[in-house]
Amino acid sequence: MNITLRVWRQKGRDDEGRMVTYKLTDVSEDMSFLEMLDVLNEKLTLENEDPVAFDHDCREGICGACGVVIDGEAHGPERTTTCQLHMRSFNDGDTITVEPWRAKAFPVVKDLVVDRGAFDRIIQSGGFISAPTGTAPDAHANPIPKPDADRAFDAATCIGCGACVAACPNASSMLFTAAKVTHLGMLPQGQPERASRVVKMINQQDEEDFGGCTNIGECAAVCPKGIPLDTISQLNRDLLGSLGKGIG
Amino acid sequence: MSDIDLYTEGAPIRDEKAPEGPINERWDQRRFSAKLVNPANRRKLSVIIVGTGLAGASAAATLGEAGYNVSSFCYQDSPRRAHSIAAQGGINAAKNYRNDGDSIHRLFYDTVKGGDFRSRESNVYRLAQTSVEIIDQCVAQGVPFAREYGGLLDNRSFGGVQVSRTFYARGQTGQQLLIGAYQAQERQIAAGTVKMHTRHEMLELIIVDGKARGIIARDMVTGEIETHFADAVVLATGGYGNVFFLSTNAMGSNVTAAWRAHRKGAYFANPCYTQIHPTCIPVSGDYQSKLTLMSESLRNDGRIWVPKKGGDDRDPRQIPEDERDYYLERIYPSFGNLVPRDIASRAAKNVCDEGRGVGPGGLGVYLDFTAAIERMGRDAVEAKYGNLFDMYQRITGENPYELPMRIYPAVHYTMGGLWVDYDLQSSIPGLFVTGEANFSDHGANRLGASALMQGLADGYFVLPNTINDYLADGPFEKVDEQHPEAVKAKDLVTNRIDKLLSTNGSRTVDSFHKELGHIMWDYCGMERSEEGLRKAIDLIRELRAEFWRDVKVLGTNEEFNQALEKANRVADFLELGELMCIDALHRRESCGGHFRAESQTEDGEALRHDDEFAYVAAWEFAGVDSKPVLHKEALEYEYVEMKQRSYK
Repeated sequence: MNITLRVWRQKGRDDEGRMVTYKLTDVSEDMSFLEMLDVLNEKLTLENEDPVAFDHDCREGICGACGVVIDGEAHGPERTTTCQLHMRSFNDGDTITVEPWRAKAFPVVKDLVVDRGAFDRIIQSGGFISAPTGTAPDAHANPIPKPDADRAFDAATCIGCGACVAACPNASSMLFTAAKVTHLGMLPQGQPERASRVVKMINQQDEEDFGGCTNIGECAAVCPKGIPLDTISQLNRDLLGSLGKGIG
Repeated sequence: MSDIDLYTEGAPIRDEKAPEGPINERWDQRRFSAKLVNPANRRKLSVIIVGTGLAGASAAATLGEAGYNVSSFCYQDSPRRAHSIAAQGGINAAKNYRNDGDSIHRLFYDTVKGGDFRSRESNVYRLAQTSVEIIDQCVAQGVPFAREYGGLLDNRSFGGVQVSRTFYARGQTGQQLLIGAYQAQERQIAAGTVKMHTRHEMLELIIVDGKARGIIARDMVTGEIETHFADAVVLATGGYGNVFFLSTNAMGSNVTAAWRAHRKGAYFANPCYTQIHPTCIPVSGDYQSKLTLMSESLRNDGRIWVPKKGGDDRDPRQIPEDERDYYLERIYPSFGNLVPRDIASRAAKNVCDEGRGVGPGGLGVYLDFTAAIERMGRDAVEAKYGNLFDMYQRITGENPYELPMRIYPAVHYTMGGLWVDYDLQSSIPGLFVTGEANFSDHGANRLGASALMQGLADGYFVLPNTINDYLADGPFEKVDEQHPEAVKAKDLVTNRIDKLLSTNGSRTVDSFHKELGHIMWDYCGMERSEEGLRKAIDLIRELRAEFWRDVKVLGTNEEFNQALEKANRVADFLELGELMCIDALHRRESCGGHFRAESQTEDGEALRHDDEFAYVAAWEFAGVDSKPVLHKEALEYEYVEMKQRSYK
């Protein structure tokens, strides 16, 4: 395959970026999208041009490090992570536009790399169960109905990639926060902190300059792990309950 | 034959910390004899922890909760991305929830046997004891393990054992355990006991008066070379499988932190013990950047086979039953498809060497779910393995519900690592090593679902009960950035970076890494021989010299520079690779993942030589072009009888 790439290049956080066009020949359809970028970077290096910076690590769709906007869609045309997207999803002769996640809360570090530290800070604000290491109750002490455990698991599969924020016209992190609120809220262990957790996490999310949620649903549509949109309804119910009780 | 040209032998060593006495009382004894630090004094003590995988995040959270001042470092943009996250299958624990004869003693026995009698009994027993607490702790944190309809936890079985003791969270167990540890760590960051340094890579260890006292780290965004001090340093930096270039490790996984510590005096133990995982997606082209594992749990229901005839390139569905060779079931009737990883990998290699491999290049075997789908129904198979099947389809473009998967072995885990005593302290006082980065518990082969167990055992329960024995003598004398040792360490880092950036040669870092990977895979992979290893050592030395002459790294240090990061890592892999080959050469026996062509039984199984090699090989660094020094730690077995492993 022959491919034309339009890639966002930006030296650093405060630099003005621009799109730069590169041509690649002999792209195999079995290559992953990131392997195609590897090939581009080898070529650029040998031509004494600065290679394109992009985040990536496990390359098996689970660490959440990778993520770029491809032709206007977070993670590109398939509902998966960028590292699991393969060139067979494109056609010979295509022009592909590659940009970083765009959100005020995710400043660009370089080229396609952004700073997602805001997600860590949302977790710090309350996305945990306070269970210090030590002798805990036996794992079978507290049976959990399978449907509850399954729903907790589905919400817990969030990889923190940030595609939800990138896809949202408001750049809201609501799906990310809702996934954690739902994961922990479905479990008996998560109940003692349930009411305060949601308030703290929402407050932190606002502080980080994420936009508000207007239930558009673009987030769930691009989520590579299929976090359900109704986790946001669950978050809103929890939040209302907490505010009603005067928490927050 | 002598290897006198390659290494010298030093004095034997011993693990001074392991208590004597009945094995089931040793851990209690050590916890009791270890000096304690009272809560008020913990505030005056600081610990650096490098790496935020299971072994690092769990240690940071636990030591933070205890009240120590913890500084945590990771090269990723968030601690949640450490490669523990990619572990699929599960975590072992001797809960005996299935009533199938499991016990702490059986988990201990299985692990010692699975490791081919090359691990320490005391350590493995402690691991088995701790396994039970880990599951309780993780459930308390909200880790959503798979459950049955009654609401209790589900289990499955894994390779090398005959009981069901593996706890799992669909095919994402590592992710769920890591997120649990990550959340516990984030809670401590919020509490102010843990200070997090993301996108920071450790490039040197600082030793003052013989004690590990800090690290030099590079801020990967600004390029600033920073000096950090503490009363103790913990390396939880994972394994070194990426020395093979292609492996199931994350792209950034590297040996640099461990190797820099090795160069400063930490012994490196059993570097040649590498785990080649039998069920990975085969290589599809030379642009390939990594290999993807298909969880070993698939071997519970999938059947592995190749055509009986070589060169049979029919559609697998057209090959009748009687023309298929389900070779694992044939050779190992009692364990069948669930033999340990080293055995399954070598068997796959053997059938491919016979010309019976399938797929491009004949480097693959089938993993077939037809029978499972008939027996359980497609829905049940999908519920159990759906995410793995989807991943396979995305990577290969083939539908595994209709066509058998093609799999081939790939480098997955390294049992070797920095030498540690029972307290997880290396040969440098104050330097502790946890998780895959140490060598301690798996011997020459790790059983499936035991890596997560060891990472969390080390971080949650072992280190927090041993490091206090060392810290009780602190706080140590204050050091600052002007201390000659700190200045020296920083100069080492900046000089090396300057050299990498100024060489301006003609070859990219990746081209060197790939070439090294080929050498390692060909000569220090699934089968090793005297001749091959000697050749590999020469090739690596030449390649290393060429790297420093001809590597091309663009840009500057004072920017986000991914090529420079890689160059630093590959430079260390080029030294490690040689030591792995020397270790593999000197160990003239086969054991676990280390298979020497010269040492096999009549039917091609690994043949150990316990009289000569029942020891840990701990290597001391003597200089890049000097011979490493071998220190032997004898292994003694009181509770498990050493015998030839049999899974037949």
